[in-house]
Amino acid sequence: MGTVIEKLKQSKAFSCLECGKCTAVCPISKYNNSYSPRRLVAEGLFYGTDDLVSDRLLWSCLTCQMCSQRCPVDVRYSEYMRDIRSEAVSQGKSGNYSHGGALHYIMEMAASPKLKQNRTGWLEGDLKVRRKGEVLYFAGCLPYYQDLFAKDFDFSPLSIARDTVKILNVLGIEPVVLDNERCCGHDLYWLGQLGTFEELGRLNVKMIEKTGAQLVVTACPECALALKQLYPERLGETGFEVKHMSEFLAENRERLQFKDLAMEVTFQDPCRLGRYLGVYEQPRDVINSIPGVTVHEMAHSRRSAVCCGTTNWMNCDATSKQIQRGRLVEAKASGARTLVTACPKCQIHFRCAQCGEESNDIDIEIVDFVNLVASALEGISIPRG
Amino acid sequence: MAKKTISSKRKTAKKKYVPNIVVFACNWCSYAGADNAGVNRVQYSPNFRVIRTMCSGRVTPAFVLKAFKLGADGVMVSGCHFGDCHYIFGNYKAVEQFEKTKALVKTLGLDERRIRLEWVSAAEGARWGNVIDEFVAEVSTLGPSPLNHKRRRRR
Repeated sequence: MGTVIEKLKQSKAFSCLECGKCTAVCPISKYNNSYSPRRLVAEGLFYGTDDLVSDRLLWSCLTCQMCSQRCPVDVRYSEYMRDIRSEAVSQGKSGNYSHGGALHYIMEMAASPKLKQNRTGWLEGDLKVRRKGEVLYFAGCLPYYQDLFAKDFDFSPLSIARDTVKILNVLGIEPVVLDNERCCGHDLYWLGQLGTFEELGRLNVKMIEKTGAQLVVTACPECALALKQLYPERLGETGFEVKHMSEFLAENRERLQFKDLAMEVTFQDPCRLGRYLGVYEQPRDVINSIPGVTVHEMAHSRRSAVCCGTTNWMNCDATSKQIQRGRLVEAKASGARTLVTACPKCQIHFRCAQCGEESNDIDIEIVDFVNLVASALEGISIPRG
Repeated sequence: MAKKTISSKRKTAKKKYVPNIVVFACNWCSYAGADNAGVNRVQYSPNFRVIRTMCSGRVTPAFVLKAFKLGADGVMVSGCHFGDCHYIFGNYKAVEQFEKTKALVKTLGLDERRIRLEWVSAAEGARWGNVIDEFVAEVSTLGPSPLNHKRRRRR
């Protein structure tokens, strides 16, 4: 029981006032009334975590931190979930993996030191990259998403990687791209598989430090969170700085020449970029600096932005679909024609929600932030398919 | 002297590599084909494990990736010939899924020859034997999978 009390203390669960604000804002509780963050905290406090580890609802949490934003006493609910999940994992339990667990197997295999991936096939044409240098581009899982989702959802996750390198080239930077980059392990961290997460982290940090990079940029908020906060937290200080593309571009905005795009857009704040990393204004600043683009805010935006419905490739169910649908209806109602998101996963989930949907209330074009910026640069056309 | 021959024997035994192969066979054709091979006493390589699925179309990339994660050196998916599928279009789904699997396996840096898609009907016991023999021979030339570290450590 000692460890349970330790865990409860670390996540500040003892401070819980049982005010229920967490349950009031939780996107899962909104559609699934058997799930309540408040109840899960109370159960842990009164009965310990023994029952919670076998509770199926344990795996429903999106770790989107909406509840932590509202909590008056700063209970770290996501960390509480992570710790109980790690206990459950040690007992051989797990959630319902979506896509048959394909992505989880890839993450776990990426921790195998002998693996030599073949993941830089997307570097074609006049994209300029280097083997050693100051700036490194961490592509994340985009090559795998391309293989799994490109056909089904009619979009190209790798266009995000290509456009990132294009933009960096326009800024006069030739980024380093790792041939054998491992998964960042973000999802495994929140699923409680901390051992594998640390192995992945060690492999990545070693590879990045070998290239001599001082700055790591990434177009994925989850990679940014893992490299910036989770690696230092679990593995100690790293020798590089980490920035999401939106932060990096906001700093270099003046150096980019944009053409007129005439678009009505709205911005989906990814939970990891917004609530975790506190990056709200930078992507909006960059989008606003493109002439002809108007940003419409959704009813819930910035710190109250609703999550895309599924995280960590887990427990995708009717509730997820309802959250996604609700968010797309909101996006359409904002008056925008295009939904811009800075996270490839948000895009996959929203596109999935749109699949086979016949009503036109969620029929909105979805574009990644990096793709939008690249299409506004002189001489680059918007990527399709 | 006797000691020496034993140790040298052991060395040669150690060198011989036996691949670890997983075969997903559909219930209606390929699994019955494997049965047919047994009934007809077809002689073929014994080092593979069959997992029966109701249809080859059920074998998503996750199945194959899990097999590799657990240390398989090669994975084969086997179903009915086109037009023979018990569920009419299941094997077309299998092709779709297999293409995704192939792309993923390539990106993971595993040799493409470690996975294979075959069609074996319930009457083709001899063909089942040939297909397995061929695949085992091919995977043997490739050697152990780079993900197969657990099994190697145990030896």
